[in-house]
Amino acid sequence: MSKARNNPLNSFAAHAALIAYTLIALFPVFVILINSFKTRKAIFRDPLALPEADTFTLIGYQTVLKQGDFFLYFQNSMIVTVVSLTLVLLFGAMAAFALAEYKFKGNMLMGLYLALGIMIPIRIGTVAILEMMVSSGLVNTLWALILVYTAQGLPLAVFILSEFMRQVSDDLKNAGRIDGLSEYTIFFRLVLPLVRPAMATVAVFNMIPIWNDLWFPLILAPAEETKTLTLGSQVFIGQFVTDWNAVLSALSMAILPVMILYVIFSRQLIRGITSGAVK
Amino acid sequence: MTALSLTNVCKSFGQVEVLKDINLTVEEGEFVVFVGPSGCGKSTLLRVISGLEEATSGDIEISDNSVNDVPPAKRGIAMVFQSYALYPHLTVRDNMSLALKQERKPKDEIATRVAEASRMLSLGDYLDRRPSELSGGQRQRVAIGRAVVREPDLFLFDEPLSNLDAALRMNTRLEIARLHRQLGASMIYVTHDQIEAMTLADKIVVLRDGRVEQVGSPMEIYNHPANRFVAEFIGSPSMNFVPAERLGGQNGQFVGIRPEYAQVTPNGRLKGKVIHVEKLGGDTNILIDLGDDLTFTSRVFGQYDTHVDQEITLDFDDTKCLSFDAEGQRI
Repeated sequence: MSKARNNPLNSFAAHAALIAYTLIALFPVFVILINSFKTRKAIFRDPLALPEADTFTLIGYQTVLKQGDFFLYFQNSMIVTVVSLTLVLLFGAMAAFALAEYKFKGNMLMGLYLALGIMIPIRIGTVAILEMMVSSGLVNTLWALILVYTAQGLPLAVFILSEFMRQVSDDLKNAGRIDGLSEYTIFFRLVLPLVRPAMATVAVFNMIPIWNDLWFPLILAPAEETKTLTLGSQVFIGQFVTDWNAVLSALSMAILPVMILYVIFSRQLIRGITSGAVK
Repeated sequence: MTALSLTNVCKSFGQVEVLKDINLTVEEGEFVVFVGPSGCGKSTLLRVISGLEEATSGDIEISDNSVNDVPPAKRGIAMVFQSYALYPHLTVRDNMSLALKQERKPKDEIATRVAEASRMLSLGDYLDRRPSELSGGQRQRVAIGRAVVREPDLFLFDEPLSNLDAALRMNTRLEIARLHRQLGASMIYVTHDQIEAMTLADKIVVLRDGRVEQVGSPMEIYNHPANRFVAEFIGSPSMNFVPAERLGGQNGQFVGIRPEYAQVTPNGRLKGKVIHVEKLGGDTNILIDLGDDLTFTSRVFGQYDTHVDQEITLDFDDTKCLSFDAEGQRI
């Protein structure tokens, strides 16, 4: 290792910077968590204080669990996120494989066309999407959200995955062909396991915006039985009165599943981001 | 029965012609080596035979059956790749048995064949390991084993030793030669290493720019090269070409002298100054500047004591010289 990296001063500075960034990033989450356990008065009197014996309360959680069908919202969010992610990964990987593996006329153009979506935000098309959903009768169904999120996630997925698939050795795929594997088997059994880190990266990049999205649930599926968690939490925010205990409790609970999924993907994710940069 | 016959095979990528009218037969049980400089089309030819690339025109027959429209898996071939190309998520055993499973062979037959191949290649101890837990030499043996279990009509090797270090390369070379004797199978082997070509081949095919330059046994090619390219490519250090007029011959022609046939003698016909000496212990390579930008290599057996800038003279045996015309063809 180089001398500069071993220098204790540099090492200290690097750690200090990283710790400072971690604190800044985690601070809002921390504030949400501690305040969700405090009484309404305590939240406003001293937002940064930890809950104490006389300020501690679970009223927020109780409200959330009683009022509104919190578990249904939760389930809706989960279904939409997991199904959209599965579709994005499946179709994204398939398109990426075709672009990376097969030479056909217009391959380049097709790749550019599929990547175009990265540059154009899907929300620009909200009105058209709403019209389409209305005429196909998908409004207020989870499918409306799943389809939109799948479309939103595909461009980046195709772009990232095709780059990774190009790096999978040709010899390996050819060995499979000589051993009599079909193109589908080569894709599912040989190539997919090798680009798993890239898949995890794509999954995380897509998962968080889908889970947190308020826009499309509000427009396409605002009915009670299709509300997602983010939309469901909005019932506690009123024009004049906001039930902060409930809002903070709902948000705290909404963090959990994303965090669990993130932990699952993160080992793969780190490899995915650094591969290519470091051998 | 011929193991392989190619008739007028051409292959082009867009405008670029990579293979030009290749005609070739491989007899049953023959070990054929394709050799040539990089970019000569030898790997492409192998891929056309395997079916991974489609020939632009021409006929390919394996074991007397036309395979032009047959997918790789059904051609009765097995291929060993330079990069091993083992399935990273499968154990050695599963790597070797995958193709047989695809062919829906009975389980006990698969087990016997894998056992037999792993015994032959001494892979018995590694059957339950994954490729990442094996050394380079072991991985290449697994790749060879994967080919052996299929009992193909034709083995294809695509520079299988290029990724191995020198000592391992020699061992694996011996192993492949032994395997060929044991199995008696037809094999095609692509390499740019002429030592592999000379030591393994029953028949060498020298390729250049997508054309077959010469086909013959290693000694035929060494002793009777068809043209200057083959003469220069086969043999190490490579053959010297001296303009014939320097030796009293016809203008424009060249005399080809292999380094080992030119020996240092007091009153030789070639005179020059030593510019470099390579002492290998067993023999000594002396590079001599003959003037007019002409460098000549002489290979002296044993250890010869000379030094740079020494003036020496060389002579050679006329009967072992080859003559080439200005276009490089043998006369």
